[in-house]
Formats: sequence, C-alpha cells, structure tokens
Amino acid sequence: MKKPFDLTADYQPESFTFKDQKKVDEIIARYPKGKQRSAIMPLLDLAQRQTGEEGAKADIPYGGWIPRAAMDGIAEIVGQPPVRVYEVATFYSMYNLAPVGKYLVQFCTTTPCWLCGSADIVGAAEKHLKIHMGETTKDGLFSLMDVECLGACVNAPMVQINDDYYEDLTPESMVAILDALAKGKDVPVGSQSGRKCSMAIKGPTTLEKAAKKAGVA
Amino acid sequence: MLDDKDRIFTNLYGFEPHNLEYAKKRGDWDNTAALIKKGKEWIVEEMKKSSLRGRGGAGFPTGLKWSFMPDPEKTGKPHYLVVNADESEPGTCKDRDILRNDPHKLIEGCLIAGFAMGAHAAYIYIRGEFFNEGSAVVEAIEEAYAAGLLGKNAAGSGWDFDVYLHRGAGAYICGEETALLNSLEGLKGQPRNKPPFPAMAGLYACPTTVNNVETIAVAPTILRRGGGWFAGFGKDEKNTGTKLFCISGHVEQPCNVEEEMGIPLKELIEKHAGGVRGGWDNLLAIIPGGSSTPLLPKDICDTVLMDFDSLREVQSGLGTAGVIVMDKSTDIVYAIARLSQFYMHESCGQCTPCREGCGWLWRVMVRMVEGNATVEEIDMLLDVTKEMEGHTICALGDAAAWPVQGLIRHFRPEMEKRIMEYRKAAA
Repeated sequence: MKKPFDLTADYQPESFTFKDQKKVDEIIARYPKGKQRSAIMPLLDLAQRQTGEEGAKADIPYGGWIPRAAMDGIAEIVGQPPVRVYEVATFYSMYNLAPVGKYLVQFCTTTPCWLCGSADIVGAAEKHLKIHMGETTKDGLFSLMDVECLGACVNAPMVQINDDYYEDLTPESMVAILDALAKGKDVPVGSQSGRKCSMAIKGPTTLEKAAKKAGVA
Repeated sequence: MLDDKDRIFTNLYGFEPHNLEYAKKRGDWDNTAALIKKGKEWIVEEMKKSSLRGRGGAGFPTGLKWSFMPDPEKTGKPHYLVVNADESEPGTCKDRDILRNDPHKLIEGCLIAGFAMGAHAAYIYIRGEFFNEGSAVVEAIEEAYAAGLLGKNAAGSGWDFDVYLHRGAGAYICGEETALLNSLEGLKGQPRNKPPFPAMAGLYACPTTVNNVETIAVAPTILRRGGGWFAGFGKDEKNTGTKLFCISGHVEQPCNVEEEMGIPLKELIEKHAGGVRGGWDNLLAIIPGGSSTPLLPKDICDTVLMDFDSLREVQSGLGTAGVIVMDKSTDIVYAIARLSQFYMHESCGQCTPCREGCGWLWRVMVRMVEGNATVEEIDMLLDVTKEMEGHTICALGDAAAWPVQGLIRHFRPEMEKRIMEYRKAAA
C-alpha cells in the first residue's frame, strides 16, 4: 500500500526510546493492574507521534511511523513477547510500518464520498503533486493513499491529512490546501465551504435560535 | 416536525463551545446525583419505559440490555461500561457531532449508565481517525474530574466512577462489540464467539455492557424528562423517541439532523436536506441506514417511514440512520460494488465465508459493473451472499451480503441490461 521513499522500508533504527516517560506511565495507568497489554495500541500511537515529530524537523521531512525497535520496546513495557505487538501493529491500518510523507493525505473514496465526487479530488491531487495513490513526493512532504469511510459523510468529499479532516472539498480547494501546506501556511481545518460542522449549507433547518445567537445564520 | 424544545442534542452543530460551562447551561450535569439516588431499578425501569432501542444499528432495547448485567455482589468482579464510539459505517457521522460538540452529555450518561449496571469504570472506544473529536472528549473528561463530577463520589452521588478514552487505529470491525473488547484488551480486533455474552464475560472476562455513543448520550435527558416523554415521540410503542439522521449523497444540502423516529423518508430529505438534487423525481435509490442496509428504489422511498420496523418490513433496516441518497445519474452497480470493496478491506479474516466471500463478491461485482458476466452469475452471486449470511461469527458477513442482495432484488434488470450490452459490444 504505502511505498517508502528515500528512507527505504528496510531502514530500521537500532534503538528506540520513548522521550516522554510520564506519558508512558499515564497510559499504563489507564488500565487495571495486570492488564498492561491494553496499552499496546496507545503506545504504538505514541511511538508513531514521536517519530513524526522528529521527521517534521528532518532535512528531508517524513511523517510518523513505527520502527521495529519501538515495537520491541513496547513488548518489554507491557510484558508480552514481541509478536503480540507485531500482530497488533500489522492488523490496524493507521499504524505506518514504514516512513511516509510529512503530510499523509488520506482520501475517503467509499460510496458516500464517491457519490459526491471523491474521484475528482483524488485526480486533482495526483495531477498537482505528480504522484499516484500509494506514493510519496520526492521532497518527502506528501504521501497519498485511499482509505475507507472516515465518518464525515455529510461533509463529502473529504480527506484526512495527519490528524485533521478537510471537508466539503472541490478539486480547487484540494489543490489550495496542498499548496498552502507545502509553503508552511496555516489552512483552516474542517469544512472548506464555510459551514459549521454538519449543518445544512444554507443554514440549519433546526436550532435556528442558537445559530442566530452564534452569528451563523 | 420535532420542536427545538424537544431536541436532546441542542449543540449538534457546535454553535456553542463544548466545555462544561456551556454544557451546564444546556442542562447537562443538572443535579445528576438526584437521578442516581433514585436507584438502579428506577433507572432501568425508566429506560424500559422510554422504549429506547440501541442507536448503534442493531436496535436492541436498551433498558433490557442494562438489566442483563448481573448483581456485582454475586459476581465479585469489576463491571465495565464500554462506549462504542468506533463510528465507521459508511453513511454515518452522527456520533462524531456528539463527541466533538456535546461530549458532556456522553460523560454524564456514562456515569448514570455505569451506576445502573454496577460499573465503576467506563472506557470510551473511539475510532483513531477521530483525533480531534477524541481530544474534545478528553478535555471534557478532565473538566469533569476537576469539577468533582467524576472520580470518588462522582457528582456527589456516592458512587465512584472513572472514565477513560481508548483510541482505535483504523479497523471497521472494532465497531462489533466483541472485536472492540478484544481491541481494548490489546489484541487484534477480531470478534469473539458468543456465548458467553459480554454481560457475563466481556472486558477482561468481567461483566460488560457495550453501548453506542448516542444511546448513552440520550440517557440523562430521558431520565430527567421521563421515559414517558421520550416514548411520546415516534411511530409506535416499539419505535420511539428522537433520532439523529445523517443525510448524505445526492441531496441539495447534506446534513445531520435530530428528528422524530418514524418520520417519512421523503419528508426528512425535503425538509432538512433541501430535497434530492434535481427534484424528487430524479431519485434512483436510497440506502436508508448505513452501508449494510439494502437499498430501496424510489417507489418504496416515496412512502416509507424511518424507523426500525417500517424499514424491516421493506427488507431493509434503520441501522445507524445514515441515509445515502443516489439520484438517476448514479452508476448503481458501481455504488454497491464499492461497498463490496469496503467489506473486503474490513473483513478481519477470521471466518472463511466472510474472508473469501467478501473478496469473491467484490471481484464478481467489478465484472457486473461492466457487464462482463453471464445472467446465471447473477443467481450465483445471490447464492453466495446467502451462503455467507449467518455463517460467520459476527455480522460483518451479513453486512457484506445485504447490499448485494438489495441490488439484485431491485435492480436485476439493470444488471442484465449491462450484460446484454457488453455481449453486443464484444460480438
């Protein structure tokens, strides 16, 4: 699915240490004593975020991923054989097991988004960045991939870039977002058509009083 | 049409902040202790009176589900409430609005529901992609602890209660309750065989109830205003209350909206979503309750009501109330083939009929889009969906089968037409 770029899939750092031990302890404490195995998922996420932070500052930037050494470290923390961590890390689609671009652009292409033109959004991004789905730009900035329903169907078509959703897209607004990110500019997250969350675009059909009070309609 | 005064989710669109101060102004956390002091029997009875049915898709009566939890003194084990916030059913985005705009409704609901089932802890399992929504919930949990609404003697109720957030990592199957529990335990998200049911052996083999976000979030309002108040809305005594609907696809104004259970589908779309693109007569078909529910052609959509039993009568379902509208420009065979691809991607691979069947359905459906098939293969396709249905540990196999069955039921002539045209072009 995800093709590695300059850092190849074979690249593995020799060691990995969590920088924020307090956070690790806090995660372990969420689960009952003896049930530390539950912490595998949040710790994988923490590892991915840590590499992502490092990658954002690198000469050729990259996005968060989980090195094998991190998985081994997590296995030790939760007192399980490493394979118990590997099988979790490979089961869930959000864990990147090889480096990705600094901005991982995930296109929802499931039926509700497809009905609203997700194929055009994909096409516009591919044409703009001159790469295809599953590939990463040479400068390490962007990886593109298609994903299944992201649960923002009434704001279709939409993409997720790292932690944020960008909704109600047009091919033009998609390209504008990619451009702004490449230049290090802020882009407003959420609806790109200017509507508040999931209300009807021309103004809500319910809760009008609250909308007026909030200055929305 | 439902009045705003009878809406539960008064901050559905986030017109106000989601913080505690504003949540309280909207009526959340208003003397929660008084509700709890009425006792667990009263709470369960009132929930039964409301006839609330689970909002996650299956529609099981909530009060009854809560009553299945054993007596904690007899089990001697901790009890758990687990909230299913793994909203991933294509067409569905209602829980997202609760999580980001009204998280205190959910957290207050956790305390009350947790108390009613003898649980001192709740885990909210949220899909990993909802990063910002999860952060809103974490903020609300921290505010609630700081205000004494959670923790020891939560909200002055005399009941100790903790709430934790657990983030998923991209697996639709974790919306299935036992897969969710496995995931929460740090395993692969693969469903468990039932029995034992979670009420007997759920999280960490302890008595557990898994409820949808919307189900838990409406509970405090139901208890404040009375089960009878909630039951006063809806079509009949089994399909009651208010419900969040998500209207996506080919409508003028896609949106989420809280409406009365049993509202006519046409009224829902015309009043709230600005109507079908190009007018009602431009409608081809609607998937009424998220991707798993079989589609309905226009003539059924003309009159059908949006509730559990009315939709079951037309061989579909209310599911999660994710209404996906498709106008006449839609390639209906591709629309369903794309759902087959979805289920193929999301099958956990544990049961052969689902693992192999989902991929097989998708490959045949891809040929059906072009018409590169034989008419007999339509029957074979139907036959394979019947072989998948009911032959797997969880309902994902069924959910993959139903959309294809719906397509064949209502659009077989269209599939045959494509096959004929493909042959003609090839000859």
